[in-house]
Amino acid sequence: MSQGRKFGEVILSAREITLSFGAVQALIDVSVDVREHEILAIIGPNGAGKTSLLNCINGVYHPQQGAILFEGVPRLNADPAKIARQGIARTFQNVALFKGMSTLDNIMTGRNTKIRSNIFWQALYVGSYLKEELEHRRAVEEIIDFLEIQAIRKTPVGRLPYGMQKRVELGRALAAQPRILVLDEPMAGMNVEEKEDMSRFILDVNDEFGTTIVLIEHDMGVVMDISDRVVVLDYGRKIADGTPDEVRAEPAVIEAYLGVSA
Amino acid sequence: MPEMSFAMELLLFLEVLINGLLSGIMYSLVALGFVLIFKASGIFNFAQGAFVLFAALTFVSFLEAAIMGAENSGLLYFVACLMLTLVVMAVYGVAVERIVLRPLVNQPLIILFMATIGLNFFTEGFAQLIWGTEVHRLDLGIPDEPMGWLLDKTDMYITAFDVAAAAIAAGLVLSLSLFFSKTRTGRALRAVSDDHQAAMSVGIPLQHIWAITWGVAGAIGLIAGILWGAKLGVHFSLALLALKALPVLIIGGFDSIAGAIVGGLIIGASEKLAEFYLSGIVGGALENWFPYILATLFLLVRPQGLFGEKIIERV
Amino acid sequence: MIYREAGQFKASYHADQAIFTIRQDLWFIGGLSLLALFVVPLLASEYLLQSVLLPFLLYTIAAMGLNILLGYCGQLSLGTAGFMAVGAFTAYKFATAFPILPAPILFILAGLVAAAVGVLFGLPSLRIKGFYLAVTTLGAHFLIEWVLTHFGWFKNYSASGVITPPPITLLGFPIDSPVAKYVFTLVVVIILALLMKNLVRSAIGRAWCAVRDMDVAAEVIGIRLLRTKLIAFAVSSFYCGVAGAMYVNFYLGTVEPQAFTINLAFLVLFMVIIGGLGSVLGSFLGAGFIVVLPILISNILSIVVPDAPGAVVSNVELIVFGCLIIFFLIVEPAGLARLWAIAKEKLRMWPFPY
Repeated sequence: MSQGRKFGEVILSAREITLSFGAVQALIDVSVDVREHEILAIIGPNGAGKTSLLNCINGVYHPQQGAILFEGVPRLNADPAKIARQGIARTFQNVALFKGMSTLDNIMTGRNTKIRSNIFWQALYVGSYLKEELEHRRAVEEIIDFLEIQAIRKTPVGRLPYGMQKRVELGRALAAQPRILVLDEPMAGMNVEEKEDMSRFILDVNDEFGTTIVLIEHDMGVVMDISDRVVVLDYGRKIADGTPDEVRAEPAVIEAYLGVSA
Repeated sequence: MPEMSFAMELLLFLEVLINGLLSGIMYSLVALGFVLIFKASGIFNFAQGAFVLFAALTFVSFLEAAIMGAENSGLLYFVACLMLTLVVMAVYGVAVERIVLRPLVNQPLIILFMATIGLNFFTEGFAQLIWGTEVHRLDLGIPDEPMGWLLDKTDMYITAFDVAAAAIAAGLVLSLSLFFSKTRTGRALRAVSDDHQAAMSVGIPLQHIWAITWGVAGAIGLIAGILWGAKLGVHFSLALLALKALPVLIIGGFDSIAGAIVGGLIIGASEKLAEFYLSGIVGGALENWFPYILATLFLLVRPQGLFGEKIIERV
Repeated sequence: MIYREAGQFKASYHADQAIFTIRQDLWFIGGLSLLALFVVPLLASEYLLQSVLLPFLLYTIAAMGLNILLGYCGQLSLGTAGFMAVGAFTAYKFATAFPILPAPILFILAGLVAAAVGVLFGLPSLRIKGFYLAVTTLGAHFLIEWVLTHFGWFKNYSASGVITPPPITLLGFPIDSPVAKYVFTLVVVIILALLMKNLVRSAIGRAWCAVRDMDVAAEVIGIRLLRTKLIAFAVSSFYCGVAGAMYVNFYLGTVEPQAFTINLAFLVLFMVIIGGLGSVLGSFLGAGFIVVLPILISNILSIVVPDAPGAVVSNVELIVFGCLIIFFLIVEPAGLARLWAIAKEKLRMWPFPY
């Protein structure tokens, strides 16, 4: 999968991240580099700290030690909204959609970082704001077409099946036209067909827009198939970092997943 | 104001402080009923104010009936009225729990809050319909006047009533703490508040426990009602006392008995001190809003209260 | 359905995002508005205009304000009455200082000052959430009440306790007849309802709903929480300020902080919850319910128990009120707006059950 693909410079870098919650150490001295345009998978047993790492990237958690650099510039204070505006979008393990709104509205909130009109124009809903709103609507409809979710456009997302919700969440992340797309188990709970669809979407996004993808995934088949590089976490530490083939042969990885024969 | 010596200043400060602490204990009493229900059943009983009002009204009406109907008065009859009111309160508490609170068990807090405000309206209308709107006097036989010997010796203006109220409240808290830690029922209550399922699986009868809890909360409400009613007169505005208990609960946490006490003391003391020292600059009646602003400042620093548990949001 | 909705296809995104996507809805609401504007003033009695319709409209404005803050943005606020009081006194001060100011300017100023105060008391919402925020806003209410009562400047140092506001004028004509007040208020309500509808379907409205539904996720997708919440406080308090200013000038006739008790805040909260959180229609329905209910009760009571003294009537009102609140919260916490939507669905499907 990685032959002939061009990767850019390191766009996001986590250096020696240590994160604890009281006595529980979620991450211990984890360093990960993400290169532009690549698809990086983070794998590891449950409780390894994968989601915590993603949360640090998005600024939801603040590591006690270590630094996160975006385009070489270290982050001074983690403000999730500001980080989002830098171009990092996210989906969540337990689908964090806005249950009170429809699919269309949910994806439209993804465009929020691009709204330029102030609220006075929004209240009047004419002229420059109307044009802007329709522009965003057009962009969102393209994403809806891309993800093939036209039929559920107006459905309140609380009523959608789990797989569909995950797709809508992907749409919301895409709406922001991010540089880095961070996905937390985007294929959890899906059947084979749905997984193929999701994989196709992810590959298309990476291919057409050059979006860098960082994803957590448990399905090894998917990971080996679509990712350019794999990082393995176990008990909060990074135990492997390389191409899928390199990683799958690492003894530490085999031990973490399968255990050591007695 | 004439020049005051440091000793006099200190005494004045102490007097205001002590009065504040004493009124704080009264707030704690109202908050205590709330904490109890929350500890045992996880329900936010904002209707505690209505409880206090209803208890006070019932008690007062029994007392007045006694004075009008028979010549019996005195301690025996007092205690009899107390018992009778307790029974009524238990019934009221169980009724409220079953009709109002249980159907709303999984709703967001605001819905529960609104329901209990509705309950307050209901209780107010109901009580006024039966007992009329005048303020009923409740005489406990303890004078609400400054204690003579203290006034003579130290110039401090503290009433015997306040001290008695504090003593009663302290006794209540002590017995409650002992109840929770030493008796079987108390331990069962704590088990239920921790985990309903687990408590049931070790054989603790949930229904009985809840009945006991509401009964005890009703009793606390009764004591609070009597004390406040004796001090302020029994009037429907007692129900709004519950609003004052909210800053207490914020500072002390919603699920801690110790917190309710400490919170009440802090609120009471700060309220009186602020009133005394700041009202010269900004005008009187500070105590209407001071507790809330204090609670707000507290929340900005420590959103979970003094004794509450820290909330970690997981995404 | 009573009328045929099928066959109305939208050919552009603009049409799809319109307020009334079904033509008949537009006709219905439009017709109702015209009726209310032109026919009702001619036919209705003064009592109906002054004591039923006027408070209904005024409460609707306050309910819309609270709905924006609570129903859409999810911020629990009990400061409604306080913000209304700010609006009322702002209008009074400006009217006495600059008597030439016409009514619309006066009320807009009232709204703006109330909005500023709302933003001030909304600042804690950055760190404080949910029920705790309610207690903070409770503090705001009592603080505002205290400030307005204790500093004579607000009452222009008047010696008597009763302050009468100066007459309100529009284009030189005083607005003092029930018909004039009603029509003016109705126009204001229609404008404010339109603005609210626009706000909630645009970007800020979606941001509010996002903050309400899951604020951590909203932040992660780039929504600035404090800004969004403060805008909600500002707009909501604006509406409350306008409502408060019109309340003292058109309805009460006197300007006093005691008109804006904590019970008023609870009342508006009931309107919003019973009417339906997160709905413009709900604000109307809730306000209507709360205004009509006491009238209904006293009328029924006068039939059933003809000679009941006034005190009994008002207590029964309280009892029924309390019971109905509880009933509503148990049976349909999403309010009358939801009941209305369910009814429409059922009518659409009729005669099929689903």
